[in-house]
Amino acid sequence: MRIELTVNGRHEAAEVEPRLLLVHLLRERLGLTGTNVGCDSTSCGACTVLLDGQSVKSCTVLAVQADGAEVTTIEGLSGAGGGLHPLQAAFQRHHALQCGYCTPGMVMAAVSLLAEHPHPTEEEVRRGLEGNLCRCTGYQGIVDAILEVARTTGGAER
Amino acid sequence: MIPAPFEYARPRTVEEAVSLLVHHGEGAKLLAGGHSLLPLMKLRVAAPSLLVDIGRLVDLRYVRDAGDHVAVGALVRHHDLETSPLLEREAPLLRYAAGFVGDPQVRHRGTIGGSLAHADPAADLPGVVVALEATMVVYGPRGERLIPARDFFRSTFESALAPDEVLVEVRVPKVGGRRWAFQKFNRRSIDWAIVGVAAVEADGGASVALVNMGPIPLRALETEAALRRGASQAEAAALADRGTEPSSDLNASAEYRRHLARVLVRRALEQVRR
Ligand SMILES: Cc1cc2nc3c(=O)[nH]c(=O)nc-3n(C[C@H](O)[C@H](O)[C@H](O)COP(=O)(O)OP(=O)(O)OC[C@H]3O[C@@H](n4cnc5c(N)ncnc54)[C@H](O)[C@@H]3O)c2cc1C
Ligand code: FES
Ligand code: FES
Repeated sequence: MRIELTVNGRHEAAEVEPRLLLVHLLRERLGLTGTNVGCDSTSCGACTVLLDGQSVKSCTVLAVQADGAEVTTIEGLSGAGGGLHPLQAAFQRHHALQCGYCTPGMVMAAVSLLAEHPHPTEEEVRRGLEGNLCRCTGYQGIVDAILEVARTTGGAER
Repeated sequence: MIPAPFEYARPRTVEEAVSLLVHHGEGAKLLAGGHSLLPLMKLRVAAPSLLVDIGRLVDLRYVRDAGDHVAVGALVRHHDLETSPLLEREAPLLRYAAGFVGDPQVRHRGTIGGSLAHADPAADLPGVVVALEATMVVYGPRGERLIPARDFFRSTFESALAPDEVLVEVRVPKVGGRRWAFQKFNRRSIDWAIVGVAAVEADGGASVALVNMGPIPLRALETEAALRRGASQAEAAALADRGTEPSSDLNASAEYRRHLARVLVRRALEQVRR
């Protein structure tokens, strides 16, 4: 089946089998390997991307379900100049990653969280990350990074 | 993990979806948010030969004031429920409970219709619609029929829907002024309830539904009857597991579930009837 979608602002068209998962379209067909696969069973959040602005686990979305949609991956976050997104910079400052495997999904979940709650409490940040597991950091640095971005940018920025 | 191959159709209307189900027969499955079906297909526990994707039927995505009830379209996502001001006013129990389904990513995709049709005994919303005495609107080749929530759930993963019927709407009675409670016990935040309780204040007592205390959501009938007789909350809650048939699994023994039901119902009653 032929699908068309916008990925990180670029128009893409692809001929896909209906059973192709969105994460495989992104990684294997479009070469966007920033999005990781962790559990492959909708639990860990490593594969989180934005589908029409909202966080989803791309291991549990069919590519055909994303037909006509706008998808944003970690590669699409940096501005035109290629610099880090404020959340990426804050993750770096707060040591919000160690091995980095959860990080692309964590950052995308955070983008969606701040779009919905521009001024979250710490509790709201923690609840907003319930779908993302990190085996390394203990989460505190991640929460601090997100709270700092919410304070300094009003959160709405993407 | 990759699903077995299947054909894919994207009907533009409910009528078209039904006719695809009728013509294709048992191998066809509706796809809404995909957050119960796709994990099963990836494990190859489910292998439908045709997916009928109703995910884009925006006509079924509404939360609307319909006089004595709130009409919720089957394709309303958990996140839409969670953020609906109308539900906050008229059926806050449903709005609140939706916020405890899975995690934000799951709530961005999963729908109320999929959740109810899937009839998972551990799912939250089936218990909520039973407590609220909602009515399901179902559309099929023989037209439309209404099914009260208490008759909708038949067994584990089995609802009253025929294979060629689509759940189109959930009618939720307005209970805006009444007190309510939702209690969910699990070990990890994104998990299904080990036991859950949804309760709403009702004339002379409360309507109390139990999640995961049997193959379908059950009303705690003896608790409800005790409240009507004027029993204390503690006395009524002590009867909460009467008439239930909880299972034992990796998360909990049946005996532990019975204990949880009594404790969670007491907590719920304390919130419903101060
Ligand atoms: C990680 C994870 C955690 C979760 N945690 C919870 C939780 O804590 N509590 C909870 O309650 N749920 C939980 N869920 C399940 C989630 O709520 C699902 O979204 C929901 O059960 C199914 O909705 P869906 O729209 O995704 O349905 P789908 O997966 O698309 O469909 C499910 C079934 O219903 C049928 N169906 C769908 N729509 C209709 C319709 N309108 N009419 C007739 N049949 C239909 C399909 O054919 C299929 O058999 C979780 C899921 C995941 C992946
Ligand atoms: S890889 Fe998708 S949730 Fe873990
Ligand atoms: S940094 Fe290693 S899993 Fe999060």
